[in-house]
Amino acid sequence: MKRMAKLLAVMSLLAAIGCHKNVPPVARPTPPPPAPTTNPAARPPSPPEPVAEPTIVPPEPVREDAIASASLDDLNRNSPLKPVFFALDSDELTSDGQKSLDNNAALLKRYSTWAVTIEGHCDERGTAEYNLALGERRAVAARAYLVSLGVPADRLRTVSYGKEFPFDPGHDESAYSKNRRAHFVVTAK
Amino acid sequence: MMKKLEALVAIAVLGAWVRAQPPPQQQPPAQPPPTTQQPTEIETTIRGEGGAPPRLAVPDFIAITKDKESVDTARTIGQVLWDDLNFEREFSFIPRDVIATVPAATSFNDVPFDRWRELNADGLIVGTVEKTGNGFKVDMRLYNVRTRQMAYGREYTGSNARLFAHTMSDEIHQTQRALRGVARTKLTFASDRDGERMTGTVEKRETKEIYIADYDGENQRRVTVGRTLNITPRWSPDGRSIAYTSYRRGPPQVFISNIFQGTLEEATKGERVGQNWLPAWSPDGQRICFGSTRDGGSSQLYVINRDGSALRRLTNDKWVSTTPTWSPSGNQIAFVSDRTGSPQIYVINADGVGAPQRISTSESYADKPAWSPPPFNEISYTARTGPGNDIKVIDMPTRVVRQLTFGEGTNESPTWAANGRHLAFMSTRSGKSQIFTIARDGKNLKQITKTGNNQQPDWSR
Repeated sequence: MKRMAKLLAVMSLLAAIGCHKNVPPVARPTPPPPAPTTNPAARPPSPPEPVAEPTIVPPEPVREDAIASASLDDLNRNSPLKPVFFALDSDELTSDGQKSLDNNAALLKRYSTWAVTIEGHCDERGTAEYNLALGERRAVAARAYLVSLGVPADRLRTVSYGKEFPFDPGHDESAYSKNRRAHFVVTAK
Repeated sequence: MMKKLEALVAIAVLGAWVRAQPPPQQQPPAQPPPTTQQPTEIETTIRGEGGAPPRLAVPDFIAITKDKESVDTARTIGQVLWDDLNFEREFSFIPRDVIATVPAATSFNDVPFDRWRELNADGLIVGTVEKTGNGFKVDMRLYNVRTRQMAYGREYTGSNARLFAHTMSDEIHQTQRALRGVARTKLTFASDRDGERMTGTVEKRETKEIYIADYDGENQRRVTVGRTLNITPRWSPDGRSIAYTSYRRGPPQVFISNIFQGTLEEATKGERVGQNWLPAWSPDGQRICFGSTRDGGSSQLYVINRDGSALRRLTNDKWVSTTPTWSPSGNQIAFVSDRTGSPQIYVINADGVGAPQRISTSESYADKPAWSPPPFNEISYTARTGPGNDIKVIDMPTRVVRQLTFGEGTNESPTWAANGRHLAFMSTRSGKSQIFTIARDGKNLKQITKTGNNQQPDWSR
């Protein structure tokens, strides 16, 4: 746990100075320029933006009794737990990712009986083999952040699916940005 | 090992004997005796003229029994034998359309040697197929067309036409070219072709199962019924088992399927063993190296006996260590670490002693090392070369890198054939993910799978 705390400290420090551990892949002429994407997670680490993002999502306008009474499948089909998105080759939490996790932590504290599996996923540009390990690091990063917010570790399992189960089957950055994620599945309530 | 496979696929080479001797005496007098009959100086190797590759004629085999099954078997053997021999590029061939112009022999006694000689054939393969009780008796003879003497010959019994041809091809390569052919080796890979939906998830996810196929893509068969995600299969060195990564317990674990016995072993199991993936057999088949998160943190390398005993940790750092492959000697393991910020290939001693040595030095991203069998000493791997990946090969003594694919789709997961002369890999060049084979010089690309998505091939020893 000490190591985890240290890791988190380092990570937040890195985020604060806008630094990025992973060197982006060598520039190549062939790939299309990283088209202006609507997903900030896809960009290389953005410097902290002073502009307040209008995306401070109120914890989902779902009626709480609906959450409490939903079946597991219904709950996961329209999950109040937000996925966390990552940059290419990266397992670092972005500020948006942390916001999603703040939301998730609040929910998990409110529904204190939920057990959750955090799935790590990758886009298809990485190799199938290495992506297994990368997906796991993404899931672990999300899990560590939740634990640091006080969610009991024993309620949070991780599993990596590498690039085996893309959420968007497309072959462009728009699809890739959706597929680099930590995804939350409620397994018991 | 191939002997075992052979037995298992039910060919019984019962009355087989090598007859590198002059044909038995019961030749009818109609057959003109070979002009240069000197039984003490039989040439058992067919040579090409002037050092060129021997030029072979491989006509369809002769059906002695005339039922349809015999006729089909005779034709299949001739055609598959041609393809098998052509695969190693040790011979040149009289084209099939030219062969069609030569009158077909009806037995070993009316072989038109003159015509084959006119066509500059150095060697001629003549075979007969005869239906027996529950299969066929097949007689194959490789003739030296100049001397009309048999250089190699053998009788086979069995029932599988393609396996007859594969066996002949391997024997011809062995006796004529001192080459270990791979016609009886097999591929394994993961496939989503069944289109079964994963249970236990609200997402639309399809299962993947482990398949096997002959080296030429024929006889594709499913070997797992996990109805879950089964990936990264690897043949055991004896070809009797396949280790793979399966999510059937939820988190990924290493399973071993003993495919001919239909039994399943769990190499990694128990509580709190984390996620386990990417098994790699030691060359003696006794141990398996794999990646695991069992001690917390990133994937690390472990070695375990194949029965699950004697677990030993091989790497111990905070970075990812994954995707192992053993050197042919079993003394070293190549693997992938991202300690520099990107995945790169390293080599460590198989006992874990000593610092890892970095192998890939000119790649932005490298994964899936596969160590070649002798006589080569090379590691093939997947390299990020653009928007996608390509297959490259590094020669270990010189560290010279060569590239086998060039940006057609993305290309991943190389694996070597047992003789080091071919590789199989996954490519999206034709659309979906498919398995391809390619010669070690980048020639002779061949698509092996066509149904569904197929990935992570492994080629049996």
